[in-house]
Amino acid sequence: MHVRDLAGEAVAGLLARPVRTALTTLGTVLGITTLVVTLGVAATAGNQIVGRFDELAATAVTVEVPESTTGAPVVTWDAVERLTRLRGVESAAAVADAVEGANVSVRSNALVDPARVTTHALTVLAATTGLPGAARGRMTLGRFYDEGHVRRGDRVAVIGEEAARMLGITRLDRAPAIFVGGHAYTVLGVLGDLRRERNLSAAVILPPTAGRRFGLREVTRVLVNTSLGATDLIARQAPAALSPGAGDLLQVIAPPSPARARDAARDDADALFLILGLVSLVVGALGIANVTLVTVMERVQEIGLRRALGAARRHVAAQFLLESTLIGLAGGVIGASLGVVAIVAVSAVQQWTPLLDVRLAIAAPLAGALVGLLAGLHPAWRAARMEPVDALR
Amino acid sequence: MKVSREYPAAPPVRALREVSLRVERGEHLAIVGPSGSGKSTLLNVVGLLDRPTSGGYRLDGVETTTLRDGARTRLRGGRIGFVFQSFHLLPHRSVLENVMLAEIYGGRPRRGRRERALAALERVGLGHRTGFAPDRLSGGERQRAAIARALLGGPSLLLCDEPTGNLDSRNTEAVLDLFGELREQGLTIVVITHEQEVSERAGRRVRITDGVLVEEE
Ligand SMILES: Nc1ncnc2c1ncn2[C@@H]1O[C@H](COP(=O)(O)OP(=O)(O)OP(=O)(O)O)[C@@H](O)[C@H]1O
Ligand SMILES: [Mg+2]
Repeated sequence: MHVRDLAGEAVAGLLARPVRTALTTLGTVLGITTLVVTLGVAATAGNQIVGRFDELAATAVTVEVPESTTGAPVVTWDAVERLTRLRGVESAAAVADAVEGANVSVRSNALVDPARVTTHALTVLAATTGLPGAARGRMTLGRFYDEGHVRRGDRVAVIGEEAARMLGITRLDRAPAIFVGGHAYTVLGVLGDLRRERNLSAAVILPPTAGRRFGLREVTRVLVNTSLGATDLIARQAPAALSPGAGDLLQVIAPPSPARARDAARDDADALFLILGLVSLVVGALGIANVTLVTVMERVQEIGLRRALGAARRHVAAQFLLESTLIGLAGGVIGASLGVVAIVAVSAVQQWTPLLDVRLAIAAPLAGALVGLLAGLHPAWRAARMEPVDALR
Repeated sequence: MKVSREYPAAPPVRALREVSLRVERGEHLAIVGPSGSGKSTLLNVVGLLDRPTSGGYRLDGVETTTLRDGARTRLRGGRIGFVFQSFHLLPHRSVLENVMLAEIYGGRPRRGRRERALAALERVGLGHRTGFAPDRLSGGERQRAAIARALLGGPSLLLCDEPTGNLDSRNTEAVLDLFGELREQGLTIVVITHEQEVSERAGRRVRITDGVLVEEE
């Protein structure tokens, strides 16, 4: 038997009772629509939430260090070294920004322009050498101080972009000096383009050894950037690494992980709708099975005739299987179309970018066809099993 | 063939009792007998639609009772054409489609099928009704459509259950002329009939009474 003949007979069989065929697809339409909408809207909504978690926010961890009560610092300056060695930490820096450092008068030795206010009240803080990376900034001029400067206690400073503008420092080739609370420091570089801790832009940053003079003795904050996905892990490991004895005194501020954000999108309602969709599919399958069985019983004589004309059992089975599969496929196609329309509509209302997964659009009709195929198994078997003489009576 | 067929019932219906029959190639045989005597039952066995309860049946030298369903189906589809007592035309399909149905299960090519079906319809005088739905045909026209379908498969054995039951004498004459033509082409024809006219045109006549077959002169 030619495939086109088989298809022709199946289609003719379906079109002989168009209303019944249309009604039979309804269950599958309902089920597939529900599934497509549920999965599609969940994916779209999930994408929105994940989209808002840009990588920067999702990987920034801050550890707040309380003031020590015993005299010994809770986190020592060299503890950051240990933290940086943890797998998943991309950059880290310890910062001391106590109140003592706020509003220190700073003056530059640039040629005094009488029309200009040359003394500014700026924030002074101390930081370890990893600060540019930890603050996600970049040296717009010069360089940051290094371990050597720190160890020797050199009187060097790095200033933020905004502070440089206020102080009128635009070039470093003449090793400009600034007077911080009356003490002279050589400006090594200007830190700008900050994507974290933007307030550093208007600050003067000193090596920890130099900061003591301004009361910046203890680490108050540790800035950490992790690789994507390591946030949770680092948030758990950081306290112990920073302060082996008193880790539980530290307060870790970590963003919700993207995984959690996605989980939140797929809430209980979605699960409910998924179950609803699956139940509809099962009901749809039962509907197809039922109607196909009725059709088989109605068409007993037709089956007998086909057998008399030379149709083998498998030809009869194939025809009914194909008919039920086509019903399922039609339901799947209609359901997928309705689902996509619904996703676009929901997205439009929510002002989301609809996320249409091509795989979903292809899988949905196939799922419908599969439902039809499974539903047709029993009726097709019944049809094929008939003896021609009984069928013709 | 020498067969018996019982239908399971209480008591069992013995529709055919050791019926012994031999039909030669190209023969035109008429089966007559009262209603309920077992004529249709015999035709079903001959047409491989039914298996006898006991006995054997050889078609073109092949013992068919021991064949599997698939082989019987191939024999049936390839060699036998049926005209049923109740036509069995599919509603919702045109006369032409109904006739074309006879060829879709064989290995015959799709090409030319429509032309062959039209020719068969032309032969039974239904060339002007090809697009009609069967339920808009008269009883006689339906019968002729069923004959056209039986002829399309190119069978070597034509089995007809009351093929002229609904025809007036003129149309009956036409169908009988057609049978004569077919027989000359080498077709074997077995016809069940009540009509004197039809059985007289047949070369040979057998009578069944209560499942017992006897030759008639
Ligand atoms: N499936 C069946 N189960 C039980 N008995 C049956 C069955 N089919 C036929 N019979 C019986 O077998 C007998 C022969 O039936 P058959 O159909 O062969 O008669 P017939 O000679 O073709 O009659 P008619 O001329 O009315 O068509 C009848 O008595 C009928 O009741
Ligand atoms: Mg009968």
